[in-house]
Amino acid sequence: MELYNDTLENLSQRLAKGEISALELTQSVLKRIAEVDGKIGSYITVDTEGALAQATAADIRLKSGENVTPLTGIPLGLKDLISTAGLQTTCASKMLVGYRPEYDATVVRRLREAGAVITGKLNMDEFAMGSSTENSALKKTCNPWNTGRVPGGSSGGSTAAVAAATAIATLGSDTGGSIRQPASFCGVVGMKPTYGRVSRYGLIAFASSLDQIGPVALTVADAALLLGVIAGHDERDSTSVNIPGANYYDNLKKDIKGLKIGVSQEYFSAGLDPEVETLVRKACGQLADVGALINEDVSLPHTDYAVAAYYLLATAEASSNLARYDGVKYGFRSDDADGLVDMYRKTRAQGFGDEVKRRIMLGTYALSSGYYDAYYRKAQQVRTLITRDFDKVFGDCDVIVAPVCPTPAFAFGEKIADPLAMYLSDILTIPVNLAGLPAISVPCGFTKSGLPVGLQIIAKPFAEETLLRVAWQYEQLAGWSGRRPELEKGAV
Amino acid sequence: MDYEIVIGLEVHCQLLTETKIFCGCSTNFGNPPNENTCPVCTGMPGALPVLNRKVVDFAVRAGLATNCDITQSSIFARKNYFYPDLPKGYQISQFELPVCVGGYLDIEVEGEQKRIGITRIHMEEDAGKLVHPEHEYGVSFVDYNRACVPLIEIVSEPDMRGAAEAVAYLKAMRNIMVYLEVCDGNMEEGSFRCDANISLRRWGAPEFGTRAELKNMNSFRNVQRAIEYEVERQRDILDGGGSVVQETRLWNVDRGISISMRGKEDAHDYRYFPDPDLLPIVIEDAWIDEVRENLPELPVARHQRFVADYGIPVVDADVLTADHNVADYFEAVVKLYAQPKAIANWIMVELMKFLNDDKISITKCPVTPQGLAELLGLIEDGTISGKIGKQVFAQMYSSADNDPRQIVENQGLAQMSDTGELISMVDEVLAASPDKVKEYQGGKTKMLGFFVGQIMKKSKGQANPQMVNELIKERIG
Ligand SMILES: [Zn+2]
Repeated sequence: MELYNDTLENLSQRLAKGEISALELTQSVLKRIAEVDGKIGSYITVDTEGALAQATAADIRLKSGENVTPLTGIPLGLKDLISTAGLQTTCASKMLVGYRPEYDATVVRRLREAGAVITGKLNMDEFAMGSSTENSALKKTCNPWNTGRVPGGSSGGSTAAVAAATAIATLGSDTGGSIRQPASFCGVVGMKPTYGRVSRYGLIAFASSLDQIGPVALTVADAALLLGVIAGHDERDSTSVNIPGANYYDNLKKDIKGLKIGVSQEYFSAGLDPEVETLVRKACGQLADVGALINEDVSLPHTDYAVAAYYLLATAEASSNLARYDGVKYGFRSDDADGLVDMYRKTRAQGFGDEVKRRIMLGTYALSSGYYDAYYRKAQQVRTLITRDFDKVFGDCDVIVAPVCPTPAFAFGEKIADPLAMYLSDILTIPVNLAGLPAISVPCGFTKSGLPVGLQIIAKPFAEETLLRVAWQYEQLAGWSGRRPELEKGAV
Repeated sequence: MDYEIVIGLEVHCQLLTETKIFCGCSTNFGNPPNENTCPVCTGMPGALPVLNRKVVDFAVRAGLATNCDITQSSIFARKNYFYPDLPKGYQISQFELPVCVGGYLDIEVEGEQKRIGITRIHMEEDAGKLVHPEHEYGVSFVDYNRACVPLIEIVSEPDMRGAAEAVAYLKAMRNIMVYLEVCDGNMEEGSFRCDANISLRRWGAPEFGTRAELKNMNSFRNVQRAIEYEVERQRDILDGGGSVVQETRLWNVDRGISISMRGKEDAHDYRYFPDPDLLPIVIEDAWIDEVRENLPELPVARHQRFVADYGIPVVDADVLTADHNVADYFEAVVKLYAQPKAIANWIMVELMKFLNDDKISITKCPVTPQGLAELLGLIEDGTISGKIGKQVFAQMYSSADNDPRQIVENQGLAQMSDTGELISMVDEVLAASPDKVKEYQGGKTKMLGFFVGQIMKKSKGQANPQMVNELIKERIG
């Protein structure tokens, strides 16, 4: 087996034992990128030189045996909204082409300290706004399982890279489902930690109260290893929480006998693709087989209002977060502007794509004097109700199981012309962000046409350990994780 | 027609914290452009604010000193607008739930006490500064050293009824903030600045008139002039049957007029909303108590104490308590030398003259309280005269030598109090002017001054005049 095809868990052991070197592994991944990324389009920036240097440094560390972590020498890719000092960070926007941050995001600092190798920066919907990666202003990313289909979004580059083995694992960010939905579409594991579990310092904000960085990997164990390194309190992020995390990886194998799993009918309503429903219900049955107690009588009654509340809150925050892209200090500046106000207008009109502009306008409207109470404040109240829904269910259940997305990966162009249809594809992931909960997408099978489908597991705040344990147990039973699309056959 | 003047003030104080409100950068003034910056205060993508708790301490201190209630859980909000000196495109400020609410300040105007309500005090970050180079047209630079420097804004009720009241309020507020060591109170450099909302209404009218907001007044005098100008402007409009337009006006110091900056229709919609990057600031009672315990004595209390305990005149207490550093210095000297009135005189006359000439604060005074106390002791015990004392003080000040006894000794400045030496000097002078001795003895007693003068000259000013007087009278009286 080629090195790039192996799991993080195995590679980490092989590196520690000296069976392989970080340089070999990194070269293998770089070669893979050169061979297939032309077809998939995950990478906006490949940092060959940096990756080789980091791999060489990792080998010294591995050889000395000191300071070796599970990530030492592991090639990882980063969604292109995670700040990397000196390495272009674009948010897949024309606005930030050529922007090189002067500092590392906290997660990047932690990866570097752990000795990881950063291969490059991955494509996404512009400023994380979208569900298909079609909103990238810089390139198109295809679903490795069917290149006529979208990879999902907004972390489409991160999930496609893991599926196509152009990175051993990656980091994405999840604001309304942006890790879980593309993970489901690409047949990989994608996890959104509890809000506050992973520092947002250096994550270029879309919606600050919802954004959370999380791991994307081939298996649950890989995701647990990655989470273990990036999670933890950071004094640079006031919303990061100082609650010690368990050792996610070591606790994976504890059994789940007697664990209570809730299944909410609101997540199986109209619009759910029958094939998706069948696969998810089958997964519930498999969990029951190993001793979990399934409770189908739980209700999350405010689910229907989640999308509306989300698109007010997220856009309101975005309208303010994106105000800094004004052409003054960095990034794009229109060169045909006459005076200050004209510079603002033209820079923002030309630098942002349509979806970003649509959301800035929505959010600006929601915060406007005279509308604030009806929109922003009301949406906050809905958010509270949705959080209470979950609190109530978690009084009886340990985790909730649901589909990730009503459909498998859709075709390019299918929804891009209809923003509302696109927004509704996040209906099953958004409530989790509003409530700040941890959730994961684990592969649970394929449709007849060969498209992967994910199972969503949702846990209580800061119960990542339970979440990963359930996901790992399911993965062992089902065996869908780790499958690879056959890219070589159809390579262009 | 006669109108009632209604004025409310918004005061901005730049806080004297060592670091900025949301990052660890220095607040030091006068560094090269953009030296005191980091990703947070320049609003780089992904950077996040972390609250400097010292700023909350200062705001609570200001709130307690102005009789406010402290909000137990207050929140930061984003104030959204575009300007190149505002790196994030929003200012982190407070809107709903500011840190302090509902206080008051008692002021005295023309001998009468008046209570001015304080609506709220909120914390916020300052913006950067635009720099327009003189010889490059169409180019501007931005200096972000000031961006993210902490401010508090103190908003008064519309309780003031004229320029004099407004100025009295402002002076009292400035003095309190300086006493609290919350702000240096420098109006020219803009670390203490104010905007005024002014309207007129007919006497007895239940509702306020339309107000104009005045900005850019960088001294008490300008506040007075600008308000007086605005009152006249509005009076003319109303008398002429017109109506005042709600607008923001800029005071132009050179021309002595205000100019409309923007009208109501151009007013910003700041789209305030809670900043999701910052948690609510929970201020528990223990925190408030701690700040309260460390609150310094405020100007009014100190003034009363100076008059009562030290027996100094009210006018002296006015001068000494106007700057808490001067008051501290005064008390330090009093502790070592229990002659408050003499000390007050020396500080107000000699010491202040030197400090004013050099434009330095008393905290930088080369003469220490110990040095001054010792000097005053030398004068009191007759070692040196008051005149020589001034000479010694000047030397102490210029050389920062705080050992006046040594200076007097080294330079032989001590008064001649040796009777034998003085007697021979007196005898010499009397012998040299027998005519004048006769005149004196004939009843021309003012000749005494002549003899004393001669002896002082002979002794180069070091003879003890008291003793000289007595000796002369003894000899020829
Ligand atoms: Zn800074």
